[in-house]
Amino acid sequence: MSEFDALPGLVDQLERHRETTLVVELVSLVDAALHLRDEAGFNFLSDLTAIDYLGWGEKEVSGYIGTAAGRDLNMPMTQGYQVVPLPKPKRFALNYHLLSVSDRPRRIRLQTWADEGEPVPTVIRVWPTADWHEREQFDLMGIVFDGHPNLQRILLDDDWDGHPLRKDYPLGGEPVRFSGEA
Amino acid sequence: MTATAPTRSRGPVYEGSRIPYPIPTVLKTPADIEATGDVMMVNFGPNHPSTHGVLRLIVDLYGEDVTGLAAVIGYLHTGFEKNMEHKTWWKAIPYAPRMDYVSYQNNEYVFVGAVEKLLDLEIPPKAVWMRTLLLELNRIHSHLVWIGTSALELGAISMFWYAFREREQILDLFELVAGYRMHTRYFQVGGLAEDIPRGFYPEARKFCDWMPNAIDDYETLLTRNKIWLERTEGIGLLSIDDAIALGQSGPVLRGSGVDWDVRKAEPYLAYHQVDFRVPSFPEGDVYARYRVHMAEMRESVRIVEQCLDRLEHMEGEPWIADDRKVVLPPREELHTSMESLIHHFKIVTEGFRVPEGEVYFAIESPRGELGCYVCSDGGPKPWRVKFRAPSFVALQATATCMTDALIADMIAIVGSLDTVMGEVDR
Repeated sequence: MSEFDALPGLVDQLERHRETTLVVELVSLVDAALHLRDEAGFNFLSDLTAIDYLGWGEKEVSGYIGTAAGRDLNMPMTQGYQVVPLPKPKRFALNYHLLSVSDRPRRIRLQTWADEGEPVPTVIRVWPTADWHEREQFDLMGIVFDGHPNLQRILLDDDWDGHPLRKDYPLGGEPVRFSGEA
Repeated sequence: MTATAPTRSRGPVYEGSRIPYPIPTVLKTPADIEATGDVMMVNFGPNHPSTHGVLRLIVDLYGEDVTGLAAVIGYLHTGFEKNMEHKTWWKAIPYAPRMDYVSYQNNEYVFVGAVEKLLDLEIPPKAVWMRTLLLELNRIHSHLVWIGTSALELGAISMFWYAFREREQILDLFELVAGYRMHTRYFQVGGLAEDIPRGFYPEARKFCDWMPNAIDDYETLLTRNKIWLERTEGIGLLSIDDAIALGQSGPVLRGSGVDWDVRKAEPYLAYHQVDFRVPSFPEGDVYARYRVHMAEMRESVRIVEQCLDRLEHMEGEPWIADDRKVVLPPREELHTSMESLIHHFKIVTEGFRVPEGEVYFAIESPRGELGCYVCSDGGPKPWRVKFRAPSFVALQATATCMTDALIADMIAIVGSLDTVMGEVDR
């Protein structure tokens, strides 16, 4: 029994690293957010983070140096794991880090999962500060927020191609715009 | 301190809110003013001396009145978070302070602290106290840069020279400790990169003795200065509920009357063992934010003194944790111990491993709540790093603060939110 049993769409409650994570269904995200704000006192959205779990746990197990094709000189380290991490339910995780600005300060992580292209309901009506946080995650991670009144790129150019924080977006090597153009 | 009841679908967030609707960060010119045809759209920035970096504001002006406003950011975006995913944990540390180049040590600590939280690593007391001391010196440094530049923009040029005189002393202290004046990279996962140099304590004491007089000087110049009062009092209003709804923190939130401070609410490092006050002023205007900054500098000096009291009795104590899987072995052992050599080689080439998991770690930076989210897959590199930049959030309040403002107030308001564009754009 915990105080969050009544949370709409609650899937799981995790206690790790002295932090509480509440995993909720994507469809009941806004209801859960309102519940947490009005019933549990989490009036402050600290942060919104989207994570791309593409390729999670697919590297070789640790201790294995090199591959059948030889060592990759660009990656001279043993890249593997000592323990293969647990699989994730969908590609993207969204973490809403909530805070209760009150006499009883505490934090919680509201987590929900989305596949590629799956729209996530906006929480801008619950916490107006979500405006730019959601635009940033749209810009860099390509998460589409359903109902956001101004969902545009925020850090990159409007005509930028791709979403850089995705795991299938390479580091560097993007086409240079003006070089060699006639 | 509770927010008022919500409306779920239409209309403003709650009754009495000044937050623009439907987009909380964009102020729209009312239709009747727009219809007069006298509205002029002005591009303010991105290259303007008073934008604290490269902030672009698209402003609708009706005479001298600001009727519409939209902030455009991203000119300094350099992809820090993406880069950090491709570095080992300890090689990612120097990225963090470069985001906010005014309060660099706070940024450095928040990343190191998050990794330590994920590792569940205990830090020796000497490192804890020294970190606290440096974070507070850095807070004074950041506030000095803020008061110097913000006052300069409003015409108080002499303030700039006064503030940068003391800033220079703080930079000298940083140089004494770490060899660098900025971006010191003095915090290592597990503690400090090196022992505290001899001669640091007396120099720091000298600074602590001097600094309260300097703050008196600043206050003499500004606190009851008629021009300063007229430019700042009643300007850029932000109510408690609006500030919380917009996620404001630090001096902006305390300038709106909430005595909220992460150092008190969730003490980290040695903050539960030092005595300090959290100043807050209820007016919610630019002047209140100025008063918060001034009062905080005095409190920081007190914290630095208390840290010195402890540190002076810690001569010879370890400054970094003795965990060979994470911390580099002492240099002299490399010549005699095979195991140390192996550990050194592994940490430098491959990096240490951080157990699978995710944490969010927040501290009170000079600008407000600075958070760092790190996610590890159990390997030697971060899977995801995300910074909750207080400046990024503070800029969202510009539209609300700028309601009913004049063009001249805009400079004061943007300045009072104390943003650093490097951190906004990351």
